Amino acid sequence: MNAKRKDLLATIIIDVIVATVVGILVFLLAYILISGLPHVSWSFLTGSADSFSGAGGIGVQLFNSFYLLILTMLISIPISLGAGIYLAEYAKDNWRTRLIRSAIEVLSSLPSVVVGLFGFLLFVVKFKIGFSVISGAIALTFFNLPLLTRNIEESLSAVSRSQREAGLSLGLSKWKTEIGIILPVALPGIVTGVVLSAGRVFGEAAALIYTAGQSAPVTNFADWNPMDAASPLNPLRPAETLAVHIWKVNTEGLASNAAQLSAAASAVLIIAVLLFNLFARVLGNYLYRRVTASK
Amino acid sequence: MEQTSSGFKQEDTQPKDWAQQLHHATRATREDWFGRGISYLCIGVIILVVASMLWFITSKGIATFTHNHVNVGQFLTGTNWAPDQGKTGALPMIIGSFAVTFAAAIVATPFAVGTAIFMTEIAPKRGRKVLQPVIELLVGIPSVVYGFIGLAVVVPFMRHLVGGSGFGIISATFVLFVMVLPTITTMTVDSLRAVPRFYKEASLALGATRWQTVSRVILRAATPGILTAIIFGMARAFGEALAVQMVIGNAAIMPKNLISPASTLTSQLTTGIGDTIDGTLPNNALWSLALILLLMSLFFNALVRIIAKRGQLSHER
Repeated sequence: MNAKRKDLLATIIIDVIVATVVGILVFLLAYILISGLPHVSWSFLTGSADSFSGAGGIGVQLFNSFYLLILTMLISIPISLGAGIYLAEYAKDNWRTRLIRSAIEVLSSLPSVVVGLFGFLLFVVKFKIGFSVISGAIALTFFNLPLLTRNIEESLSAVSRSQREAGLSLGLSKWKTEIGIILPVALPGIVTGVVLSAGRVFGEAAALIYTAGQSAPVTNFADWNPMDAASPLNPLRPAETLAVHIWKVNTEGLASNAAQLSAAASAVLIIAVLLFNLFARVLGNYLYRRVTASK
Repeated sequence: MEQTSSGFKQEDTQPKDWAQQLHHATRATREDWFGRGISYLCIGVIILVVASMLWFITSKGIATFTHNHVNVGQFLTGTNWAPDQGKTGALPMIIGSFAVTFAAAIVATPFAVGTAIFMTEIAPKRGRKVLQPVIELLVGIPSVVYGFIGLAVVVPFMRHLVGGSGFGIISATFVLFVMVLPTITTMTVDSLRAVPRFYKEASLALGATRWQTVSRVILRAATPGILTAIIFGMARAFGEALAVQMVIGNAAIMPKNLISPASTLTSQLTTGIGDTIDGTLPNNALWSLALILLLMSLFFNALVRIIAKRGQLSHER
């Protein structure tokens, strides 16, 4: 009976632990949505921030977050696609490949603040570009590359060998086989990984504080010429993102309603990340059905 | 057009030219060179990034010792941090970082292992349906949001509970606990699932209860994997910057207890690096803190490798 009683006790303890974990998540989400959503309005989403009076919105920050995300993805997807193909297709199992894999692992385990500081050192101090969208996007690329590369490699390697052999036996080159046959089959996995990493990039702040900067100059949204200084598309202007904004509002404490402001901004951030996660699933499933022609 | 697709530059039936063409690469070969070139270039970019990151931060970080002639031992063991006055004792931050890291790992591990056991052994179906999304959502919440909730909920709670400002190591531990929980849980689940099925079946067939099977067979067999999971969690806690910085109080003094303001390597870096001038001692000292972070991250990486190797050996035996 002793063993059975212990078994029961252990089961109860584990149930309590699981309930606590679920409770923590429910509390987190509920807290943010309940305290934040009432302050989210159209004028909040589109207005420009004024950190002194406390009034104001997050329009510029929201735009900056998306702009940085798109730039980051434009830079990091091609590079990690090439690197993923290398690792899945061309890399032989030798010391050089092991070294490359370790390097990618090291990059992925580096704290994001270190990645941000490296970006700061390279672009702001050495190249004197200053706090800018492009510095931020490249720093985020460094942060994003290892995970995206690994995701793409895994998706490519998961495609069955016979598909490769079919391509090669038709006289196609390895490259043609990879691009024309393997990549489309692996696409659902890759797309899911890309969208999930987009969610992570969207919420990242530590790598951006000293690269994209902590200021969001009011931009002229009627001016879409990337060369103009006031244009929102200008890659050389500083660009505080939503995540950085939350951090800054809370640490500077200048705004009288910092808690309200950051609760609302956090709610927007969380909803965006949730949408990314949902979108990743839906899109991945949809593509999987399209590619495999299964219902 | 048809001729080009067969791999030759132009159609020619003269035997002499045929021979010549056989010495040239076919179109497929050239395509492969092209693809090889692109993929080598991409992997080269990544290697270049890693190498220059290690090189730049190392060279910046050792400037404190080579250029400003600060003693390495004094830097690591000194307790007085005021770089603008030439005092560069980094021990308060080093202790702060290790304290929050170990505390978060110690608190999170039972929760993570318990959740993982629930997901793999007790209710696999509900685990996949309910807990998998819960864990994924916890991963998805950005660190500034964790920091904000820490600031809005945990800090006032601690202030209420024990007095003082509420900022400190214990608040940072709470926040980090939730942040490393999904990391440790996911990897523990993977290692529990990797335990061969017949281990479990053999144990149950001997009449062991579920808990006896879990605690004496499954957890034993999965130990290397669980250790790896904990180290990954610790690496995340050690490198986490903003959430910690928002709740720990950022006082670069030796932490006397768990409820007074302290600081970590990352919190000192995020608050300090923008206020110092490049090339001066205060700036170099901060880069040395970044170097410690980098070295610790490499150390965690190496530790994971060692454990993985050990685990492999013990399975082979």
